Amino acid sequence: MNALVLSAIFGVVMMFSGVFFKRNAPIKTTGIIAMLLLLIANCMEMKGIKLFRFDVSAFMSFTDYALFFNALAIFATLVYLLVASGEMEKIGKNLADYFALIFFIIAGITITTSFTSLLSLFLGIEIISIPLYILTGADKKNLKSNEAALKYFLMGSFSTGILLMGIALIYGSQGTFAIDKMNFITDAKSNPNLHIAGMLFLLFAMSFKASVAPFHFWTPDVYDGAPTVFTSFMATIVKAAVFVGFVRLFGGAFAAMEKTWSVWIAVMIAATLFVGNITAVFQQSVKRMLAYSSISQAGFLLFSVYAMNSAAREGLLIYSAAYCLATIGIFAVLSKMDDYSFEGFNGLAKRQPVLAFTGTICLLSLAGIPLTAGFLGKFYMLKAAIITGQNLWLVIFAVIMAAVSAYYYFRVIQAMYFKDGPAPSAPATSIEKYTLIFICILIVLLGIFPNVFLNWLYF
Amino acid sequence: MIALLLILIPLLGGIITFFIKKEEGARTWSLLAAIATFIVAILGFTICNSAESLTYKAPWMGLLNSSFSIAADGMGAMLCMLTAISFPIIFVSTWNTRYSNAKNFLGLMLLTQAGLMGVFLAMDALLFYFFWELALIPVYFICSQWGGEKRIKVTFKFFIYTFVGSLLMLVGILYIYSKTNSFDITAFYNAQLPFDQQMWVFWLFFLAFAIKMPIFPFHTWQPDAYQQSPTAATMVLSGIMVKMGLLGLLRWLLPVLPVASYSWGDTVSTMAVIGIIYASLVALQQNDMKRLVAYSSIAHIGLMCLAVFTENKSAVQGTMLQMFSHGINILGMWVIVEIIERKFGTTKMSELGGIAKKAPALTIFFFIIALANIALPLTNAFIGEFLMFNGILGVDPNISKYGIPFAVLAGIGIVILGAVYTLKMARSVFLGETNSLTESGTDIAFHEKAILGIIAVTIIVAGIYPHHLLHSFEDITNSILNKSDVLHLLKTKH
Repeated sequence: MNALVLSAIFGVVMMFSGVFFKRNAPIKTTGIIAMLLLLIANCMEMKGIKLFRFDVSAFMSFTDYALFFNALAIFATLVYLLVASGEMEKIGKNLADYFALIFFIIAGITITTSFTSLLSLFLGIEIISIPLYILTGADKKNLKSNEAALKYFLMGSFSTGILLMGIALIYGSQGTFAIDKMNFITDAKSNPNLHIAGMLFLLFAMSFKASVAPFHFWTPDVYDGAPTVFTSFMATIVKAAVFVGFVRLFGGAFAAMEKTWSVWIAVMIAATLFVGNITAVFQQSVKRMLAYSSISQAGFLLFSVYAMNSAAREGLLIYSAAYCLATIGIFAVLSKMDDYSFEGFNGLAKRQPVLAFTGTICLLSLAGIPLTAGFLGKFYMLKAAIITGQNLWLVIFAVIMAAVSAYYYFRVIQAMYFKDGPAPSAPATSIEKYTLIFICILIVLLGIFPNVFLNWLYF
Repeated sequence: MIALLLILIPLLGGIITFFIKKEEGARTWSLLAAIATFIVAILGFTICNSAESLTYKAPWMGLLNSSFSIAADGMGAMLCMLTAISFPIIFVSTWNTRYSNAKNFLGLMLLTQAGLMGVFLAMDALLFYFFWELALIPVYFICSQWGGEKRIKVTFKFFIYTFVGSLLMLVGILYIYSKTNSFDITAFYNAQLPFDQQMWVFWLFFLAFAIKMPIFPFHTWQPDAYQQSPTAATMVLSGIMVKMGLLGLLRWLLPVLPVASYSWGDTVSTMAVIGIIYASLVALQQNDMKRLVAYSSIAHIGLMCLAVFTENKSAVQGTMLQMFSHGINILGMWVIVEIIERKFGTTKMSELGGIAKKAPALTIFFFIIALANIALPLTNAFIGEFLMFNGILGVDPNISKYGIPFAVLAGIGIVILGAVYTLKMARSVFLGETNSLTESGTDIAFHEKAILGIIAVTIIVAGIYPHHLLHSFEDITNSILNKSDVLHLLKTKH
């Protein structure tokens, strides 16, 4: 609750800060400080200190798990702002607006992770989506950015329609929006088709938002067209939050129908991993490769919905943390490059050793090499899937796809370290460098001592 | 504590090496770290070899029931010893080889050593997997950065191959874990999976080990990788890293999945025998010394894999001894190949010849090592191969009915063809007339004599008096055979 109210207030504050401050530096500082306050407020709520006492129990319930994820998302956003706000200035004149939109997205995330009513799920998803449409088109003079925004908006509105349709069908079947009051036991008289159709519509709509195949077609174009800094935000924190909502919806509302949807999810995992990884192999641009890689990572994240046990819920947190940190890091490196093709990275290790080294750690984490957080994320997801004891072919398929993913991540490492070239790039400022090193330290620490991280959950 | 030091010294030594600016300083420091590890290993395995000093256990991932548990049993100690001996030898023998950015090279080498030590000591499946991958990553960077012309592609193939294998092994580990709820090795030994599950989990593990060893048909990465890697890395790959696969078989496969190992035994043995014959035939056709040694290594590893699956004491003892001997012999072989490459700029046998006239000391050492490669009596390999052949011929008919054909075919490959290609190499490189390239050759320097001398002495001493070595891993052999004794299990059932 703290984070929800404060992030909405801070969003408005940031909007007006553009009027008061003429220069960019104070806007950035205000934004970062506000984000820090937001993190503190959220942690206070984790400790039981509530700043606002409205009764929203019909719409939202701020469980420990949701609060923990919110803390994670806000922390990741803070890191993201530290490393990316310099690049944000270069996109356009409206820096204050970008910050405001990011705060609104955080508000949406807090709703999505803690909804108890399908209506608040819808609200949360929309509060996330609409600012994202704007951020995608933030680079107004760039044709690709405009194209991406339009595509994203059209496809996104369509999926919102499907989401609403699903909610309506479920309501028609159950007579309630509350996910804990749903009861899908069918007797001879009632017709299960209504809520099965509703469940499938919700599944498709959520899959669209999480860019799960076969609803992923918008992802590469939008991620490629959007300004790199915003791609980084979209592909990480937002996507992880959607997955938390996904798990909450299917573990909460549709738990009784697990037999019906788990097959669908299994097939979608396989399709997502296959499409994401195989297409990423053939990309020539690192940015587009990362877009496809984010699809393939969504395949792994989807294991948390599929397995739906405690290992999966822990795994979702670790995987989100690992994936967000590593992807924010690698996008920060990417945003410094002049040439986004693989050849553009040739020789970066000689030109900018810090960027190359931190980028390498992030890529190793994305590939799931032990001692990095990414390995533990994958480890937890596979463990969760194996514990369910069925569809083991899916697990074996997933590890083979993980090996394929090593192929394209290592292509970047090869270009940076083993090939010679000019690597045209802008020098990183010292704050960016330190934040990147900080990200790498976090990745490695999380990879060696995940206990410390998970113990916070079980306080 | 000793066990922990064996991992920590190279790990910290390696990390410090990255920060030493001067090349000479980095070389001296890395050599010192390697020698320190060697001294710790010697002390640990001879003087203060109490059980407490050789084991170390600390809590690690409590939620997962995984602990940082390492221990040196007979086999682990032997392989750690091999690693500890090899690294100083590698550093000294490549002392004059120039690398750009030598500090990174040496740092990564030491990190590899730490990873290898970890693999040999880990007594926790998750920890084992961690080290298994950690040994690979530095080698990947070494080979890709300092290797030959086609290095990037070749190393990448090697990396992807082993990465696929190890990920499959991870699924296997997780599957057993889902039954035992603990990663501890004793829990794994007591898992006793049902027959049908063992049958397919076996392949998840075996593929990882087969790719690493490598066993036919998973060997295709190896000759290219050996040829393109810098020689120091090739020494690590061929001398020590292939032993990871064999250790995996002996420690993590046979005792954990005894029924499947028994049932698939003939299949695996057939693959190994095909590999032996095939690799020996290909070795005959090679013109490049590096490729010849690589294929010869595939054949020798194949024999060890064959011996493991006969599951009797003679063969397993022989395998363990041969793991050590093969490590020493192939290290010596690579040292000589590296010297020749540095002196004459080529390893093509057709371009060399008559080196014996110019470098008599080098020739003597080469012949000692070559004879050990053919397993002549009085060399270390003779004892190992004798025990292995003895075990394969005398295999219990309930375990395999094909002991004699396997032994005969392996004998043709290892003993006969092995002698042919090794002596062919000796003739065309060292004997005969000198040519324009070898005309200007000189003999080897003192430090090269010293390390080749150490290798030669080890070969002969272990060949004449193998008792101590054999005795040191007798306990672990018995315990492995005891845990994987399927015949006993079958008898009690009926």
